[in-house]
Amino acid sequence: MNEQKEIKILSIESSCDETAAAVVVNGRDVRSNVISSQIALHTLYGGVVPEIASRKHIEKINQVIAQALDDADMKLSEIDAIGVTYGPGLIGALLVGVAEAKAISYAADIPLVGVHHIEGHISANYIENKDLEPPFLCLVVSGGHTHLVRVCDYGKYEILGRTRDDAAGEAFDKVARAIGLGYPGGPKIEKIAKEGNPDAIAFPRAKVADGAYDFSFSGLKSAVLNYLNGCRMKNIPVCQADVAASFQQSVTDVLVEHALRAIEEFRMDKFAIAGGVAANGTIRNALQEACQKKGVRFYHPSPILCTDNAAMIGAAAYYDFLAGKRAGLDLNAVANLKLGE
Amino acid sequence: MKILALDSSGLVASVAVVEDDNLLGEYTVNYKKTHSQTLLPMLHEVAKMLELDLHTLDAIAAAAGPGSFTGLRIGAATVKGLGFALEKPVIPVPTVDALAYNLWGVSDVVCPLMDARRQQVYTGLYEFCEGRMQCLLPQCAAGIDEIIEKVNRLKRRVIFLGDGGNVSAPRIRERCTVPYQFAPEHMNKQRAASVAALGRLLFENGNVRTAAEFQPDYLRLSQAERERQERARETGV
Repeated sequence: MNEQKEIKILSIESSCDETAAAVVVNGRDVRSNVISSQIALHTLYGGVVPEIASRKHIEKINQVIAQALDDADMKLSEIDAIGVTYGPGLIGALLVGVAEAKAISYAADIPLVGVHHIEGHISANYIENKDLEPPFLCLVVSGGHTHLVRVCDYGKYEILGRTRDDAAGEAFDKVARAIGLGYPGGPKIEKIAKEGNPDAIAFPRAKVADGAYDFSFSGLKSAVLNYLNGCRMKNIPVCQADVAASFQQSVTDVLVEHALRAIEEFRMDKFAIAGGVAANGTIRNALQEACQKKGVRFYHPSPILCTDNAAMIGAAAYYDFLAGKRAGLDLNAVANLKLGE
Repeated sequence: MKILALDSSGLVASVAVVEDDNLLGEYTVNYKKTHSQTLLPMLHEVAKMLELDLHTLDAIAAAAGPGSFTGLRIGAATVKGLGFALEKPVIPVPTVDALAYNLWGVSDVVCPLMDARRQQVYTGLYEFCEGRMQCLLPQCAAGIDEIIEKVNRLKRRVIFLGDGGNVSAPRIRERCTVPYQFAPEHMNKQRAASVAALGRLLFENGNVRTAAEFQPDYLRLSQAERERQERARETGV
């Protein structure tokens, strides 16, 4: 029998407003993926409140972990490693997952692997695309991040560009609030934009002069706010759907343009997206179409793996584990952790 | 009966192991490093020194609050993780009670003062009666003047302790009308040994939780919730 040993990883994620745990075997086989979302709670405040998020994490974390093991029909003693997100994210929220993971790792004598949240998002693509292997390009777009990353190898990343100000998802939230759609902005804008004209309003497509692949979305957000103000002053009724569609088109155009340029320059034949905004169908379709025209294979996680989850952390932890990465009992949460540190 | 106790509610990080009426080991650090980096390595050191098999523990006690929100959560997540992995019960020990227990047996009234920011302290009033600690005022967040007034009304000698002592000292000197003293350095901050000792009593009274049930007791809402309530009150909604 030439049976390879299965590496079973219990992973924990608590960097923002989802308390999540999963069991992933050999990095790609998800046995369980439990997510306890706090969105309803934060909606009252128009965005994530860090202290409330941290309190909710500590309230739920043991149940979520127990459920993940239960769903996978596994005991803690069968687990080979524990993976945990230790940054970037909300410090108080991250600390809950990190302290919990360290305590379990110590008490049960199971190796611990610290995982970068963005590395997790990128690795979400491995789960449903068994053929995907580095090198490839990955665009990570979420409420907290906008990164264009060259994945050179497992665990080896080169950041080509990042946002200079707001993350793309953050711009969605802010614009949604400005036109009265509420939180979370992404799905709400996408929904109403379907009824609007994407060419109705000419919002800017920002370029960053000294960073070929960097992004800037605060100018776009301001342009939307200015437009809304202008309408108010002139007493012109605002068409929510047109504003949403035109704003979304502007974000899409910028993302597609960056993607295509990077594909050309680095001669990549594989392109992946990840992060909460990757669940946006309009953006995903535009990128997919652009890639297809270039003969580039396009990968994307299904929506449940786009938003924050622990399965993606388990996928990333597997490759880190194979590479020999281990975290000590002094592992700390790092709010602004850089990729590749 | 063997109890592991942790306290990370304030600036101090402290770990202790108590077996029946013996303190087997205690490790207390009051230094700028974050609890997230110190607490578990400290436990590891103590366990190594004591050749402690964690599975032989009967329960894990933790200073459950009040205290620094983040500090409480680091402690809570640590005991929840330990309790989960070891399948051991967890004992929530009120932080201010445990602090008062440092002064077991004194005849004066004990008044812990933990710095709670926003011009407040986490405090309470305690006395010892035939070896048992009695609570005269349960732990709460209060303005320093408010607690001094309560102390004055008791018309008894009082001992203050805790990391709120320093910031409160000028006010106490100005307003306290009863004889008072500040406890010395070997007993004036959180100690896991006190958490363990008090935890043992709570355990015997059945005051235990599963690791999943254990929650910090913040004694305070988050700022966002507080402001939201205030707005609701103002608008009468």
